[in-house]
Amino acid sequence: MPVLEGKELRIVGFLCNWCSYGGADTAGVGRFAQPTDLRIIKLPCTGRVNPLFVVRAFLNGADGVLVSGCHPGDCHYTAGNYYARRRLEVLRELLDVMGINPERFHYTWVSASEGQKWKQVVSDFTARIHALGPAATFTGCPAVTGQIGAAVEIGGIGETGETGMKAAG
Amino acid sequence: MTQHTQELRKLIAQELPNLDVVLAWTHGHNSLTSTPLFITTQEDLEKLDSGPMHVQNLAAYLPSLKGRKVGIVTRGCDSRTIIELLQEKLIERKNITIFGISCSGAVNIRAVRRAVNGESVRSVQADGDSITVTTNHGTHTLRMQDVLMDKCYTCTNQTPIIHDHMVIAQTADHVPGDAPQTTLDALDSMEPGERFAFWEEHMDRCIRCYACRNACPLCVCKDSCVAQSRDPHWLDQSDTPREKLMFQAIHALHSAGRCTECGECERACPMGIPVLAMKQALNRRIKHLFDYQAGMDAQSTPPLFMFRQQEENIKERDAR
Ligand code: SF4
Ligand code: SF4
Ligand code: SF4
Repeated sequence: MPVLEGKELRIVGFLCNWCSYGGADTAGVGRFAQPTDLRIIKLPCTGRVNPLFVVRAFLNGADGVLVSGCHPGDCHYTAGNYYARRRLEVLRELLDVMGINPERFHYTWVSASEGQKWKQVVSDFTARIHALGPAATFTGCPAVTGQIGAAVEIGGIGETGETGMKAAG
Repeated sequence: MTQHTQELRKLIAQELPNLDVVLAWTHGHNSLTSTPLFITTQEDLEKLDSGPMHVQNLAAYLPSLKGRKVGIVTRGCDSRTIIELLQEKLIERKNITIFGISCSGAVNIRAVRRAVNGESVRSVQADGDSITVTTNHGTHTLRMQDVLMDKCYTCTNQTPIIHDHMVIAQTADHVPGDAPQTTLDALDSMEPGERFAFWEEHMDRCIRCYACRNACPLCVCKDSCVAQSRDPHWLDQSDTPREKLMFQAIHALHSAGRCTECGECERACPMGIPVLAMKQALNRRIKHLFDYQAGMDAQSTPPLFMFRQQEENIKERDAR
């Protein structure tokens, strides 16, 4: 199995109904062996992919997110993937500044007949995510882990009592 | 009162009879603070003040005054907000009279407090390129260029892009020498993991008051903000940095291609969370990808409302 140490990571895929979902289906019908980390969410079009879906997926614990749609020029709704391309490029910067490695995110175009290409995309992207390992989560904060009462360092400045709190554990 | 302010009062006095209200600033409850002033009478005009301590972006009030005749005192950055609001048809040019003032930077009171080591501030006197702060422990003289708001260090338009009246155009650079490191500079120098920890630490303090959103002139959804909607349910109610950072991502993406970097979100945050940096990063990317800056031209099409079949600056990537 290509999956490292037999351990799966969480990869979320947002696929358009017309091309990439069809492509994934073609790969399945053709019985092409693929890693099994990817969970697919089918949408009508990549134009429906709100970039915030991707952010939400990462903050909820995804290790990788893949968006795939029709090739430019082939969108079932003419232009959905063109809009998506702009949004997703801007999203990369947001992930970066948030501290989510943009390499954990990928968008691409796969048509319904490209079963072989789909297999390649899934294999390559899964390998990339495995190389990066599990994504960081906000486990250090007492609020997240429920370790309230852990030592907290408080630094204040100024008369309005602006504070800087830092979880120590 | 500076010559600037005198001139401004004179200009507004002439126009006041034709206007329902004029938006300006006055001093706040102490010399560190400023507050918006809604001028309807000559007496109100006596309270008007302007200068580096007067920091609010008054354009944020314009959409709620749509349909009325409004005058507004406007610095360079504020004028970009006005242009953005015009572009989005949230206000009408014919109803607005712009009193432009050339800006020499807006003071970040958090930076002032930091510079005086958190000593209790008694009074502040800004003049020219220095600022004198009297605290319980003594007097500090600071260089103005060290205590400006982050947005001022990347400002390219000190003079309003549009105006009906102009008070003393000023051409001198407001940051003549080296600028201190901004939050975005600091983030740029970090590894992704450090950045993630940076936000975890900062967002842990967020009290979800949404002042950042309420102060934003471009957050115009009023009671329909997705932050408080159950359907769709974008945010849950848990008190975690995860949900709070998610909101910052929502704000940043909802204003992507629209945000003019006016800095109100960051200024309004009662917890001192540097929420502007995320938006500045997106703007930088949008400038690079689409050669576009929000609030420069009311006739242009926002970059995320359009596309090109061949995108010059977007390269196909490999999944490997
Ligand atoms: S997001 Fe912040 S900087 Fe941008 S327009 Fe809104 S308040 Fe201004
Ligand atoms: S964050 Fe988004 S939904 Fe909320 S008010 Fe701003 S633009 Fe509207
Ligand atoms: S203003 Fe500050 S504390 Fe309030 S919701 Fe925004 S980031 Fe959080």
